[in-house]
Amino acid sequence: MTSPPTAPPAGRPRSPRAHWQHRLAERGIDRQLWLLVPALLFVVLLFLYPFFYGLGLSFQPTKGGPFSDYARFFGDAYERDTIWITLRIALPAAVLNVVASVPIAYRMRGRFRGKRLITILLVVPITLGTVLTAQGLLNFLGPTGWFNRVLLALHLADEPVRLIHNYWGVFFSLIITGFPFAFLLVLSYLSGIDPTLERAAATLGAGWWQRFRTITLPLLMPGLATTFCLTFVLAFSVFPSAVLVGNPAGETRVISIAAYQAAYEQYDYPYASAIAVIMGVVELVIIALVLAARSRLYTGSTGGKG
Amino acid sequence: MATLTDVRPAGTKQLDGSTPRRRIVARPAAWLVWGAVIFFFVNLLGVIGSVIVSSFGQRWFDTWVPDGYTTKWYGQAWSEFALLQVITVTLEVSLLVVALSLVIGVPAAYVLARRSFPGKRIIYLVFLLPILMPPITYGIPLATVLYKFGLAGHLSGVVLANLVPSVPFVILTMTPFIEQIDPRIESAARMCGAGLRSVFLSVLAPLLLPGILASAILVLVRTVGMFELTFLTAGPDSQTLVVALYYSMSAAGIRAQQSVDAMAVIYTSMMLVLLVVALRYVNPTQLVARVKEEPQP
Repeated sequence: MTSPPTAPPAGRPRSPRAHWQHRLAERGIDRQLWLLVPALLFVVLLFLYPFFYGLGLSFQPTKGGPFSDYARFFGDAYERDTIWITLRIALPAAVLNVVASVPIAYRMRGRFRGKRLITILLVVPITLGTVLTAQGLLNFLGPTGWFNRVLLALHLADEPVRLIHNYWGVFFSLIITGFPFAFLLVLSYLSGIDPTLERAAATLGAGWWQRFRTITLPLLMPGLATTFCLTFVLAFSVFPSAVLVGNPAGETRVISIAAYQAAYEQYDYPYASAIAVIMGVVELVIIALVLAARSRLYTGSTGGKG
Repeated sequence: MATLTDVRPAGTKQLDGSTPRRRIVARPAAWLVWGAVIFFFVNLLGVIGSVIVSSFGQRWFDTWVPDGYTTKWYGQAWSEFALLQVITVTLEVSLLVVALSLVIGVPAAYVLARRSFPGKRIIYLVFLLPILMPPITYGIPLATVLYKFGLAGHLSGVVLANLVPSVPFVILTMTPFIEQIDPRIESAARMCGAGLRSVFLSVLAPLLLPGILASAILVLVRTVGMFELTFLTAGPDSQTLVVALYYSMSAAGIRAQQSVDAMAVIYTSMMLVLLVVALRYVNPTQLVARVKEEPQP
């Protein structure tokens, strides 16, 4: 590794070994590629091997045929519904995060005083993570929390609104951690669009809505699709907030809770692996759909860097 | 996802620089947008603020603010949750993960940035996968395997599990950074007789230092905040702060709400210190993804 890759002298190779080295080096394979080995070894051992091990395990249930754990999951309504519950939380949250980001990012592109401050403030909830957000939401949205106090004081509600230990608690926690994430991505995609295009349209007499709809939005769409995928992945794997601010036995029993319970409460690893596989498949299907739609969009040079 | 080397039309920057600052007071649509932003921040402040206020409160039941103020909950949380040990574990895990992921990731990023070879696209995709998958889906099989080999349940398991998203993250942030460095510098060093090791240590390392620092800090922030993987692999004496916080919250009712809040505040301040350090070196956008914002003129 310490010496530079040896290129055999021009002319006839001295030995068959040197000959092969030369042939491989012409195709870009030489000793420098050894630098890649630790990372590859690592990915294979800690990601691919466990993944396939889990996949194999899911077909070796503790009792029954190879597919009986999958049959068990889809046969039991309590388990099967977790897919639907997860999607019902994750999809609206991801859509809202992306859709709300667009007008705000559109307004905030370009430079103005305090922009860096706003981006820094937005990073705070992302770094704090879902566990702390859950703790804050329990205090803030609880029946005697500040949010309900304001509603009561303004006579917007007659009695405290129930916002925690149900669907809405989880939904709000996904907005608080997911919106800044989506916003920062959309903002950077928007800043990647050449502003002269819109100025050209403005000189031709297009109003702001026309400019947005026919120029900026089509260029931004691939970026929005990517943002949606990343936000959806975050929302889909919601776990701590579904347990802490949700109702983990009923309304917000998301699929990751089902997988966790199978693995760590029933110690049924094959079943837990089966649920994890189902979870991955459902998620990949939705992402594949979005990415397939995205591939039909324009992804040229001045587009948002989607 | 774009790389850091995106080339933008040269005129853009000048045009942007010469236009006057955008007016903040404008049409109703603008008011609506700013209203939404302010509403979001007020709620965010409420969420974080209520934890902080509660942690200092003597008793806080059905009132706007607590009855009295005290700092006793911090002492209580510190001893009850063995926070010294938890924080030590958190720092050990994070620093080990940062060091290992840099050692494994940077050489791989170098090869991926500089060389083309058969199968490069597939290798890149494999490195991308752990970032795209939600941690729970691969965390459960990973934890199962780690338990099988007796690695989970203590520090090594937590470090190994946290490396899974960190190494790809280092590779993905470092690759565009290495691409920016002129390869002729290395060729010149080679011509002057430097071996691979001295090219790395005395030519590339100093040039890469800002990038390495940035990705180290990003990995640090992500590891301290990583809940799922640590949760799945940690044993009783290898919990990081965020996992200990989760356990104390889900066992609520046993302990005073305020001491849990005090622990949450300790976690928050740790994250904020890291964040302040991080923002000195990296762009806020990089904390969420690998996309670069408009270059500062």
